[in-house]
Amino acid sequence: MAVERIQRVSGTALPVRGDNIDTDRIIPARFLRSVSFEGLETHLFEDDCREAAARESNSHPAANPIFAPATVMIVNRNFGCGSSREHAPQAIRRRGIRAIVGESYSEIFFGNATALGMPCVSAAPDVVSALLDLAETMPSTEFVVDLQSMTVTAGDSTRPIALPAPARDAFLTGTWDATGLLLSDFDEVYAVAERLPYISGW
Amino acid sequence: MPSTLFQKVWDAHSVRRLPTGQTQLFIGLHLIHEVTSPQAFDMLRARGDRVAFPERTIGTVDHIVPTKNQRRPFIDLKAEEMLSSLERNCREYGVQLLDLQSGQQGIVHVIGPELGLTQPGMTIACGDSHTSTHGAFGAIAFGIGTSQVRDVLASQCLAIEPLKVRRIEVRGRPGAGVYAKDVILTIIRRLGVNGGVGYAYEYGGETIDRMSMDERMTICNMSIEGGARVGYVNPDQKTYDYLQARRFAPHGDAFERAVRWWSSLASDPDAAYDDRVVIDAAEIKPTVTWGINPGESVSVDEAIPADADSEALAFMGVARGQRVSGTPIDVAFIGSCTNGRLSDLREAARLVRGHHVASHVKALVVPGSQSVRAAAEREGLDRVFTDAGFEWRGAGCSMCLAMNDDRLEGTQVCASSSNRNFKGRQGSPTGRTLLMSPAMVAAAAIAGEIVDVRQFSATEAVVGR
Ligand code: SF4
Repeated sequence: MAVERIQRVSGTALPVRGDNIDTDRIIPARFLRSVSFEGLETHLFEDDCREAAARESNSHPAANPIFAPATVMIVNRNFGCGSSREHAPQAIRRRGIRAIVGESYSEIFFGNATALGMPCVSAAPDVVSALLDLAETMPSTEFVVDLQSMTVTAGDSTRPIALPAPARDAFLTGTWDATGLLLSDFDEVYAVAERLPYISGW
Repeated sequence: MPSTLFQKVWDAHSVRRLPTGQTQLFIGLHLIHEVTSPQAFDMLRARGDRVAFPERTIGTVDHIVPTKNQRRPFIDLKAEEMLSSLERNCREYGVQLLDLQSGQQGIVHVIGPELGLTQPGMTIACGDSHTSTHGAFGAIAFGIGTSQVRDVLASQCLAIEPLKVRRIEVRGRPGAGVYAKDVILTIIRRLGVNGGVGYAYEYGGETIDRMSMDERMTICNMSIEGGARVGYVNPDQKTYDYLQARRFAPHGDAFERAVRWWSSLASDPDAAYDDRVVIDAAEIKPTVTWGINPGESVSVDEAIPADADSEALAFMGVARGQRVSGTPIDVAFIGSCTNGRLSDLREAARLVRGHHVASHVKALVVPGSQSVRAAAEREGLDRVFTDAGFEWRGAGCSMCLAMNDDRLEGTQVCASSSNRNFKGRQGSPTGRTLLMSPAMVAAAAIAGEIVDVRQFSATEAVVGR
């Protein structure tokens, strides 16, 4: 696989408010009835969109054409909790999103997104809140998520972001697709397996 | 140095530190199913990789199987396509598949333990977040995404970061009518749905020690609902007794040697933890969720709190200050990897024996595996349920996530023994799920509304409405 280094992502933003948005909401299970990930993006947040439309108050941002070109998504706390389905980050990425900025993520979602080359960076609650406001009120604002300087820039303000060092290194060095790494020096893997009593036969 | 089971198992499986700072961790057992593996096999094919250790991966089919008519080809063509794809992949790569003909098919987290595949000291991965269930045996087991399923197929390893360990000690003895489900719902409520992010939960204390393996599985199963990717219980005599003579467990002298290794892995008494939490079992009551995540729960006799989230209240159609007991239900579901094992069905059957499901309630029992189903039938539990008006189904995930044709309609309310009450989880975008123990589900099915199982079994006064 070709090495793709990911240093910065820029573009407009899709604001998705709410804590604990679970992967069943990101992509409901009925859309998992397929042997491929193709077309998942058309069902992203589908039930939430429908619910928002029914309430008439406000349409869900994922259903709003203004946000269609977005490449950065802004979320709140514990985003992607629940089911381990990679279908969730797949649907988001296939929708065109290349980086997520939020308060925090579920670990499995974070790992899945990382494996797809989609950084999930975190920022302080007040930063996230300001970014959400900005994306909602001025949807044409350009956002820049920079993993080199560890900042997010939007409008005229630049704020700090965080990303655990291993994930950051993986993006910067283009090793976020772990398979190649795991297959190098395979003798060590056999050595570990041989030392495990349940593999060597007690 | 004294250490935790987590640390010992982690160290024994560490291959090396990767340049990214992550650990390359060897995975002792890889379980696959039809929903999260087909794309992983496609990625493997695209890379031209083989399966490195085909004998360390085992497949089954659970999420999409119809539980009524299981004749092939399935009437549901998408389900048929997913199962055929799994069959083809297993055949092509030499992976054993426990399919519908095997007599051992079932929910992946039910069959791993009951076949003795799940053993103490293993690292276990599966493309499913409830893989934490297997931690009940003192294994380090976690859910992974499809790209990681590909990694495990290709290399039997994961690139992963270590977790901190939080010891959760449940002291004392819970009262009557309080089940493992109530204990874990209480833990999640106390620590929050994201309280466990970054942690493995080690469960211990008198309550956990006294629990059966089935109950420990219920506890570990829902670790992920508290944000903890891994949950485990140190192995003890109960663990070894459970495993003895299971199909894939070691036999004879090997079993004795295995027990010696397994016991050496339990956390040392003076091991250091990153955090400790103590819960008093006497304070735990039968618990029911009222909201849209598993942390939004109350005891059955308690009012919905004043600070309850408005979005959740609106979705569920409930109000602050309201009690959950007395909430009418439309559907009762007993099953899932949380509570679809034989002991769960026995307890539910004990409560429904001699009663009938309320006339407006659709009630179903979906055993967690074909073995659970067969064992229950040998005890006549199927008759107890069907005489009481429950449907008795084939094994699978069924209405836990509604990927087959068992699903809620419209705004139906379901008393469910499963693990997630997320919006839309049971198949209808507006369907509402109340999580509780299987005994509470059984009582609700009979009464037609949420009732306190302690009163139900004591007086049976609510019967026959
Ligand atoms: S029973 Fe439910 S939670 Fe368990 S594996 Fe099946 S779908 Fe997932």
